Amino acid sequence: MARRIRAHLAEDDDVWCELGHLSAEYQTVNLGLGFPDFAPPDFVREAFSDAVNGPPRMHQYTRSVGHRPLVESLARFFSRLMGHQIDPQGEVVVTVGAYHALFCTIQALVEEGDEVIIVEPFFDCYQSMVHLSGGKSVPVPLRQKSGGCASLSGDWVLSPEELESKFSSLTKAIVINNPNNPLGKVYTREELQMIADLCIKYDVICISDEVYEWLTYDGAQHVRIASLPGMWERTVTIGSAGKTFSATGWKVGWAISQGQIMKFIRAVQQISVSDCPTAAQEAVARGFQREYEVFGTAQSYFLQLPALLQTKRDNLASTLEEMGLKPILPQGGYFMIVDISSFKVELNDRGSEDQPYDSRFVKWMIKEKGLSAIPVSLFYSRQHKKDFDKYIRLCFIKEDSTLEAAQDILKKLDQ
Amino acid sequence: MNITRRVLNCKVIYPSSLFNSRGRFCTSQSTRMSRHTNSKRIEGLNKNVWVVFTAMTSDPSIVNLGQGKPDIPPPSYVKEALAKAASVDDLSQYTRGFGHPCLVKALSQVYGKVCGRQIDPFKEILVTVGGYGSLFSTMQGLVDEGDEVIIIEPFFDCYLPMVKMAGAKPVLIPLRVKSGKKTLTGADWFLDPNELASKFSSKTKAIILNTPNNPIGKVFTREELQMIADLCIKHDTLCISDEVYEWLVYKGHQHIKIATLPGMWDRTITIGSGGKTFSVTGWKLGWSIGPEHLIKHLQTVMQNSLYTCPTPLQEALAQGLLHNFDLMGQPECYFSSLSEELEVKRDRLAAVLQEVGMTPIIPEGGYFMLVDVTSLNQDLSHMADDDEAYDWKFVRWMIKEKKLAAIPVTAFVGDESKKQFEKYIRFCFIKQDGTLDAAEHILKNWSQI
Repeated sequence: MARRIRAHLAEDDDVWCELGHLSAEYQTVNLGLGFPDFAPPDFVREAFSDAVNGPPRMHQYTRSVGHRPLVESLARFFSRLMGHQIDPQGEVVVTVGAYHALFCTIQALVEEGDEVIIVEPFFDCYQSMVHLSGGKSVPVPLRQKSGGCASLSGDWVLSPEELESKFSSLTKAIVINNPNNPLGKVYTREELQMIADLCIKYDVICISDEVYEWLTYDGAQHVRIASLPGMWERTVTIGSAGKTFSATGWKVGWAISQGQIMKFIRAVQQISVSDCPTAAQEAVARGFQREYEVFGTAQSYFLQLPALLQTKRDNLASTLEEMGLKPILPQGGYFMIVDISSFKVELNDRGSEDQPYDSRFVKWMIKEKGLSAIPVSLFYSRQHKKDFDKYIRLCFIKEDSTLEAAQDILKKLDQ
Repeated sequence: MNITRRVLNCKVIYPSSLFNSRGRFCTSQSTRMSRHTNSKRIEGLNKNVWVVFTAMTSDPSIVNLGQGKPDIPPPSYVKEALAKAASVDDLSQYTRGFGHPCLVKALSQVYGKVCGRQIDPFKEILVTVGGYGSLFSTMQGLVDEGDEVIIIEPFFDCYLPMVKMAGAKPVLIPLRVKSGKKTLTGADWFLDPNELASKFSSKTKAIILNTPNNPIGKVFTREELQMIADLCIKHDTLCISDEVYEWLVYKGHQHIKIATLPGMWDRTITIGSGGKTFSVTGWKLGWSIGPEHLIKHLQTVMQNSLYTCPTPLQEALAQGLLHNFDLMGQPECYFSSLSEELEVKRDRLAAVLQEVGMTPIIPEGGYFMLVDVTSLNQDLSHMADDDEAYDWKFVRWMIKEKKLAAIPVTAFVGDESKKQFEKYIRFCFIKQDGTLDAAEHILKNWSQI
């Protein structure tokens, strides 16, 4: 194998695999899988269908860096939200999911000798991708603020001093995920300003993964860091049609940035895939065109979906609290982490004591209770796993029947 | 020099608004761009013939025989399969990262039969974003900095930047043409055995083979493949075999998989394309097939680059493969009916080109035709940019003056071979009759228009 993949090989790949196999074997109610178990909204499904049944060019190569109707609709849609007139020709690239946008961005900018700050808990691919590029990941955890409420994601914060201490002359970029997976934190404007000030002071690029941008609750506002003064020039904003339209299997994502950085990202997109599938891009373009027309109104999917999910979130949180488990209420995203430290249970897994507690707990829950979750220590660097191994992550973008089945299991968790 | 390459090679460009009236550079905090530039791995890799030519052929009145994009419709059952898949709930969400289960099983069936061996669908197959994605995963997964990779010219243009991005050195060897023949075919282009052997060294990690070859249309014979295989085995080298046009082989020729030669399965990655197989290039689905000990590294790259390919497209492709698996050997099988359809178009285009005095190289496979334009003696000295190769100038001129597009063949060769290939242009003939009629009209009236 090439040295680059030997050097990077993710330590936790085996755990993810093992959990996947166990869940299948025990046929669990699966709140581990991080995607919807219901269909995308009708208007995008129809758009896809129309594209497939459309003219022959829907089945042939389209514009390589992004299907014209899609980059135009993305530019039009996000210009007013980013406070910058986005040039669809030069400042947008379409990728095979946001995952690929992250890959293209990191490969384009990061190399051996570079440091990349990653805010923990993080979507695990950030670290793997930085390592694959030869860079060094520098983790900095969100911590519960003293005097704050342990059960609110908003009270998990970055310490300004600790964050600044991670910046050096070798720092190429910082990766933030807002809203955050798995915590569900939605950064306030002030928090983003603090990060922005450091990016400007140390001349660092901000890679902002905003795939859950539409899913905010309790009135929390999603602020785009690229819209802060001085940040358009140094931010790559990444989005996902899969998360936006509950169609993760379409694998359409994008990155938006200023032209110079965008050229670099596009170079990697071109070498890695050269072109993205046409019909799915056409469908997403039409989805955004429709949402542009109804933005801010009751018909907007971008308002309907978070309203639907907030109810699911609240129901699940109540059940967890009833059972003495402590959910950290997310302000955004579709995951909830749960503090299991005070839940006493006999795990019966002699020989596994050196594994992170949350991993052991999740395996017990899969085998003994038939419910899947994800251990949150998987979203931490090796340095900090042990500090954060008492949480599990549940996904609540599920049909009510799935959530009810999960709640039934949770109600009997201590039996 | 291509404009995009010039720009990419520049360091950060500061907007003129940052210069004050004395021309001094000012750095107000709110508008200063980052000093950071691109990573070394993509340095100089942005020249892309397709981006340039797509821009030049955007005028719909141009008859476009340039990019390899069919304008014939795909088979209806394939479109129907996609429409059906698009309406199934589960198929709107993520599927298995290394390939949708029913697709890898279908690939295992089809290629198991073709190769005459059992192929494990989960360990010996990876589904990728087009044949392109397979090439990328292979290069990133198996090729290291300091390695050498042998590339046969002319080559599909992405091989070179992919080898460079992996930090390896491309070692080029041209196909050479037998002299003294009036009518040329793909078979008249050959690799000199001594020259090929001289390209192998202790640093050679792989050789990239493309059969049928784009752009020449050569279908490598068993003997030629054996010669390559012998060298791979002797030097313990991998073979990356790009076989995306495998089903498009014309009468009298046979596509042979180098992986089926003795000693080659364990050192070969064979790449295929749903887009080329079913005339659906816009689906961007391809695959790599090979031994587990190699495929697993491609899978690691996949896991860390885009994770998984779109689900409904994979489902539909699986249905198309299974449909044709049942028909293999029969006339309705698309794997053979498409090549029959294209052979007629090939012959028609070749005849017209010969009539007007150009010299086509009749392809044995694929859907491209190389044409030698020397005998037209077209004077292009009035065109700017003396550095530009003759074929680039010819194609630019032809697009502008004749409204007919082709691709310059020096886009598919290294610098040292440019002189050898600069009188060739490439036409694509997977086009509907109306497009070929329009091309024929332009060609027949060449001296008048």
